[in-house]
Amino acid sequence: MPRAATLLRLAALALLLAFLLWPQSFAPLFTPLTQYGAPPIYDQGNLLSLALAQLGTVCLAAAASTVVAVGLGILVTRPSGAQFLPLSRTLVNVGQTFPPVAVLAVAVPLVGFGEKPTLIALFAYGLLPIFENTLVGLKTCPPAVLEAASGMGMSARQRLLSVELPLAMPLILEGVRLSLVINVGTATIGSTVAAKGLGEVIIAGLLSSNTAFILQGGLVTGLMAILLYDGMAALERRLLRQVALD
Amino acid sequence: MIRVEKLSKRYADTTVVDEVSFAVERGSIAVIVGTSGSGKSTLLRMINRLVEPSAGRVLIDGHDTRSEPAHLLRRRIGYVIQGNGLFPHRTVAENIATVPRLLGWDARRTAARVAELLTLFGLDPGTYANALPQQLSGGQQQRVGVARALAAEPLVLLMDEPFGALDPIIRAKAQEDLLAIQRRFGMTVLLVTHDMDEAFRLGSRVAVMSGGKLLQYDRPAALLTHPADGFVARMTGLAERALRLLSLITAGEAAAPGVSDGPAVAATATLREVLSELVWSGADSARVVGADGTPRGRLTLAAILARGTP
Ligand SMILES: Nc1ncnc2c1ncn2[C@@H]1O[C@H](COP(=O)(O)OP(=O)(O)OP(=O)(O)O)[C@@H](O)[C@H]1O
Ligand SMILES: [Mg+2]
Repeated sequence: MPRAATLLRLAALALLLAFLLWPQSFAPLFTPLTQYGAPPIYDQGNLLSLALAQLGTVCLAAAASTVVAVGLGILVTRPSGAQFLPLSRTLVNVGQTFPPVAVLAVAVPLVGFGEKPTLIALFAYGLLPIFENTLVGLKTCPPAVLEAASGMGMSARQRLLSVELPLAMPLILEGVRLSLVINVGTATIGSTVAAKGLGEVIIAGLLSSNTAFILQGGLVTGLMAILLYDGMAALERRLLRQVALD
Repeated sequence: MIRVEKLSKRYADTTVVDEVSFAVERGSIAVIVGTSGSGKSTLLRMINRLVEPSAGRVLIDGHDTRSEPAHLLRRRIGYVIQGNGLFPHRTVAENIATVPRLLGWDARRTAARVAELLTLFGLDPGTYANALPQQLSGGQQQRVGVARALAAEPLVLLMDEPFGALDPIIRAKAQEDLLAIQRRFGMTVLLVTHDMDEAFRLGSRVAVMSGGKLLQYDRPAALLTHPADGFVARMTGLAERALRLLSLITAGEAAAPGVSDGPAVAATATLREVLSELVWSGADSARVVGADGTPRGRLTLAAILARGTP
């Protein structure tokens, strides 16, 4: 990674942390965006805990999406599960095309307000990239390599665990990363159903016409998404080198 | 010993292998040749049950291959394919250690075997053990593929166009290596190839296939002198059959007592090579010498020509 890019990322991380830990010290920057002496920094909750809550929801949803999407991807690439491919694709596509807001509307009557409906919406929304990448990763394993694995005497399970999944891992991780990043932003809508998160800050800004609040919610979310994306990418490179050397 | 009995494979309504029977003697090399799509790979893959036969059976050292789970059977049978199929995410040493690990060998025995094989194939363990396959040349990858197949000391080795992707020089070297290793470990080898010269060079018996049927299974010389039908004759090369016949005999075998002032040829050279040498030098006889330079008699042009007819 070029040095300048690393420095930029570290700077972004430092900025984000500084803002979340000591938001009041940034007040002078936001004051010009407020009118009639409104507070320049969000004051109806702790920004750090909102950000962490949102991150937690997103990670939990991504973990669930990963388990289900990778599991489905494995299932439909086995000879016995190939018949489920069209059905799985449809389900996953619906999860992506059904607007998360609509999922919330449907989920609230079933599971109540709070974090649960948000988790469901994010889970459904995050399936597609992981599923499609898992599928491509597993389907593009070189046939000669698979034939060799079986020819050496690996059982179907051994072949999956020690050849197919490691070879598909770069693409699977990329899918997880995409899903995470998309959902960091999407998660803000959870605040409409009383899930803790940065959406609260944006909504408060909209209700009181406070541009500073809107900007704060948006910027923190955006920075989190970018840093998460980069962090995952770095983690992937680490992990893949590990797999290669293992 | 591999015994194949009335082995058939049908897909829907096409028969791709049709009641094939033959036996490969223990410790020998048999080669399968045939046109593309004649069922060679399918036949080979039915032996380690990568393809399940529709009918017939395979016996290895008297045991029906269906008497144990397929993946356990395959651990006892070496398998080499074109393009070698090395695991790209594993080092050379890990690739070679695949079957020993599946068999639960302890780490020391596995490591010793990996080092032995690397050395045997001319790959310095210090340099190559921890390299990834893609860091090796094509010829080196191919050797690692063979080493991996031999790692757990299989008694049977199946090879599907193992040298197909190599250039002629590396290919000749790989063939020599295979012969040397086969002599050393004494495993039974069944090899598929498109290259008739390779078949004649390696096989103590050659099987000719067409349209799923085994047309002839015989010693190389017999395929040339007594082809079962016109297809076998064409397959083994009508235009080259005399030269092919000569390439099956070494100078040492054919030498007659006497002296010659012609060029010196090695006792291990084939008559085809000696003939070429005589044509080139314009001499009408050659002096045959052993590896240590001792005279082993002479070979006249007439004597060579006499060996090129049935
Ligand atoms: N799974 C399968 N389903 C249907 N047909 C198959 C299958 N596998 C092989 N065949 C057919 O069986 C025939 C023999 O195939 P095989 O691979 O054994 O030929 P081959 O002699 O090895 O050819 P090549 O020299 O091109 O490698 C071909 O016509 C092929 O299309
Ligand atoms: Mg083939």
